[in-house]
Parts: sequence; structure tokens; C-alpha cells
Amino acid sequence: MKRRDFVKKGTLSSFATLIGADIIFGSNLPDGYIPLAIQEPDPFKMFNKHKDMIVLNDKPWNIEAQAHLLDDKITPNSCMFIRNNGLIPENIDAKKWTLTIDGESAKINKIYTLTELKTKFKQYTYQLTIECGGNGRSEFNPTAKGNQWTLGAVHCASWTGIRLRDVLKDVGIKNNAVYIGFHGVDLHLSQDPTKEPISRGFPMQKAFQDETLLAFKMNGEDIPLVHGYPLRLVAGGWPASVSGKWVNRISIRDQVHDGTKMTGDAYRIPCNPIAPGEKVKDEDMCIIESMPVKSLITYPKSGATIKEGRSLNIRGHAWAGELEVAKMEYSIDFGSTWKLCAIEKPLNRLAWQHFNALVSFPRKGYYEIWAKATDSNNKAQPMLLPGWNPKGYLNNACHRIAVKVN
Amino acid sequence: MPKEEDYKKLINKVTRLVFVLFSLFLITGGLIVYYTVNPSYFHSTESKTIVNIPLEEDEDRIENGIHIRTGLINNEGLMTVVNNCTNCHSSKLLVQNRMNAERWNATIKWMQETQNLWDLGKNQKVIVNYLVTNYPPRDMGRRAPIENINWYYLKE
Repeated sequence: MKRRDFVKKGTLSSFATLIGADIIFGSNLPDGYIPLAIQEPDPFKMFNKHKDMIVLNDKPWNIEAQAHLLDDKITPNSCMFIRNNGLIPENIDAKKWTLTIDGESAKINKIYTLTELKTKFKQYTYQLTIECGGNGRSEFNPTAKGNQWTLGAVHCASWTGIRLRDVLKDVGIKNNAVYIGFHGVDLHLSQDPTKEPISRGFPMQKAFQDETLLAFKMNGEDIPLVHGYPLRLVAGGWPASVSGKWVNRISIRDQVHDGTKMTGDAYRIPCNPIAPGEKVKDEDMCIIESMPVKSLITYPKSGATIKEGRSLNIRGHAWAGELEVAKMEYSIDFGSTWKLCAIEKPLNRLAWQHFNALVSFPRKGYYEIWAKATDSNNKAQPMLLPGWNPKGYLNNACHRIAVKVN
Repeated sequence: MPKEEDYKKLINKVTRLVFVLFSLFLITGGLIVYYTVNPSYFHSTESKTIVNIPLEEDEDRIENGIHIRTGLINNEGLMTVVNNCTNCHSSKLLVQNRMNAERWNATIKWMQETQNLWDLGKNQKVIVNYLVTNYPPRDMGRRAPIENINWYYLKE
């Protein structure tokens, strides 16, 4: 019920219906007062998010972190970005939840209950880097269409579930299988039930990786509703949009999945580089697969002022899509010279890696610390914006923080 | 018979006391019952008039040139934009996306083809004009300076 309709009615019984309980002393409510429980929703309370998270959009809900909020080695729920394409589903009953496997290349159609999935298949836990394909979009010029993410649309939580390949094998896969496509229960913004807000997927090769999970736990607890309760497809290192939330059906396709947001400009970039703002033919667009190498300085928070003569400990995380980060460097002179950071090995494949360094400054003044990661294929983060594309994906330009030495 | 008179007086006193107590009990009980049934009677009508602001009039209120409900700038075409563009998605999506007329028109076409947006007719020109006037594209170069730095002293 909309808040406005509600105020029009404004009777105690409708308050009570909405809250699901009688309002004690309800008759004492001043006229026109709306009980706290049904005022404009507070996203920070609703989703248990840190107060410094940034709301980019409230319909649909899109919320991002800031670099300093991502300092934990394993990202807690409070600092995980929220990306929605449609409306968050309501009234989910995990006891009645089922997952259907179908599609042209499934030997049979099979339906599993959540309990069956949890008991029939072996469970695994992996820490997985999940980054929105549009993270960093706000920096593209000309403006790229969509939510203007700055740099906080990435997280690396711990996911527990079963391997997607174990379930697919249990159903039986035909030889002509090419791709899987997921379907979830979220509602399209137009509230048209025949439309899916998003239905993406990935090639069979990705579906068969050890770390590609059908997850039911995040950081050891039930996945929060907004992050996909009770069942989420999780595929680290690829755009977060392939990690489908509220998943109730997976189709094994004999062609590249053609669901919502698999075509057009969505999660696709020009196959060949183009000039900023240039138009691209549909057939010249290619689907994004692995995300590029990237890093974030998570400590200190940008804007630190320190005393002259003091050195500064910096730390953060680096990741490289399907690959590993081989080298981590920082610069305090706008990229003229680079020094090495110590970097740890990932906890498991597709988990981000932690780096740190002790930085000293030659004299007083304004500095920027730039962070540059290089992947195992010797590709490094660019200093300036990488190739422009219509929807502003894959900005992996180096992270910069400002520091003043007094 | 002084004793007998004294005794009668005492009886009378006791009877009156019992009567008074019983009356008090009835009045109090009555008040409690009345309060339960109709509690608003005991609140002053004055405070009622203070809080009784008609909410309907507030819906499209403008403060300091901003349409409060959506956060959009109050300028020509505002309500056309509010009524056509903020039903399905948040106004935050409009404010964030700084595009020229050509790209807004292309975006509207895309919304009509895939997102159930209706034919905007004459309003399309009004809407696009509002967007490019109030939220014009910005040239940020290939990389903008670090913005919005909140300086603080770092204690280590």
C-alpha cells in the first residue's frame, strides 16, 4: 500500500492491518501522525546497512559502499553493495521453495526442494569477489547510462552452498549444451508479471567451475533477503549480474542465453574499441565475461592529514576476475614512480587479495596515493579511464586517495 | 438515653460515609468506562487543530526551488516529468544521468520498446527539454580531480 493512499484512509484499523498488530493506545495517536513502522522506509535499517553507505536509487534499491567501508578481509553484510534491477520479492517461504532445472539441453526437467538441494549434494564454502559490471560508471565521459556507481559496487563475502555442476549433472546434460540462464522471482519495475527484471547466465565452462555455487548461506548465515534469500547463484570474478538472486529456475540452453539484460547494451561492450560517445551496431557488441584487474585502498580513508616526518600504513584489496593479482604497486607522485606493496595469496581462487605498504613522504604538501594492480597475464590497471562504452562498464582506472602532510 | 442517641448518630455517619464512598466509586468507574469508550473527550481540542495539517496539500510542495517529494528542480515541465517518469523508477535515476536530447530520446524509445513506457506524445519534448536544461551533460575530461575530500587528522 502506498503511503499516500494510506494517509487518505488514516483509520486505526488500516494502521493495524498494515502493521499486523493492534496499536496499543492507538486512540491517542495525534491526527495525521503515521506510526514509525509504516513511514517512508529507512533503507539502512531495512537492509542492515552501515550509515555511510550511499543510496544511488530507491526504486529500484541500489546502494553502494565507500572504499573505507570495505576494509574487512571478508565483507560483512553491513557494507555490501545492493544492486536491484526490479522490485525485491515479498513473502518468501523457504519451506516451499523449489528449483527447476529445464532447457533445451537438459535431459529431463527436474524440480528440487531446498531441503533436497541441501541434503543430496555436498556443500562447499568459498570467499568470492563479486563486482557490479558498472562499478566506476560515474567517471565516464560522455555520461554512460545507468546508476552512477563510484567505486563501492564490489564485495568479497563468504558463500556456502552446493556446486551448480553437481545439480546439472544430476539432471543430465545433453552434448549440445552451451550456456545456462537463471530465472528469479523478483518483479519487473512496471509490475508486469510477464516481464523478468533480469535473466542472465554464463557458458557451461563457468557453470562447471568448482567455485560456481548455488548458495544458501552468506558469511555463515541465511542470505539476507535483499542479497537473494533463500537461494542465490554465485559466480565470482564475473559481473555481479550473473550471480542471480532469488533463483527458482535454471535453464540449460543450446544457445547463448537470450534472457533480459543479455542483449543490446546491457552487460555488453564494443567488441573493438571505439571513440567516446561513438555509436555501436548491435552485432558489434560482445558479452562481458571476466572482470578486469582492480584494487582499492581501504585504509586510510581519503582525506587523511598527517604530521611531517610520519610514515603512513596503507592497506586494501586487489582482484583480477578469473585471474590472480601478481603485483601490487603504489605511487605518491601521480604515477611517475611506483613502489611495491606486499600482497597476499587469495584464500581460494576468485577471492580478493590483501595488500599493504608503509608510505613515507619527502616533504609537506598535498599528495595522492594511487594504487595499481597487475594480473597474472601482465595486464595492469590504467591511470586514466579505460575504453568508453555505451553503458560505462569495466572502469578499472587506479584508485586514488588524497593525503596532506602538515 | 444519651448512649442510644450517640449510637444512632454513629450509624448515620457510617451510612453517609458508605454512601459517599459508593458514589465516588460509581463516578470513578463511570469515568474509566467513558475514557475507555471515548478517550479523545479528555484531550483538549486546541492541540487537535495544531496537528491537523491537511497532508494532501503537501504532496507536491516546493521548497527553495526543489520539489520535495522527488528532489527535482522546480522549473518548466516539472510536473510532466514527475507524472510520466517517476511511476516506475526513482527520480534519482534522472538526476544521475546527464545526457543530451538525442540520448534521452533514444532512452525513451528503449523504455517504450522494452519497459512498458507509454506514448508520451507532445509531452516528450517537454520532458527532454526539462532534463537537458536542468541536468545538462558535464565534461569531466578523461579523469576528474579527486572531489569531495573531507579532511581529517589521522591518529595512528
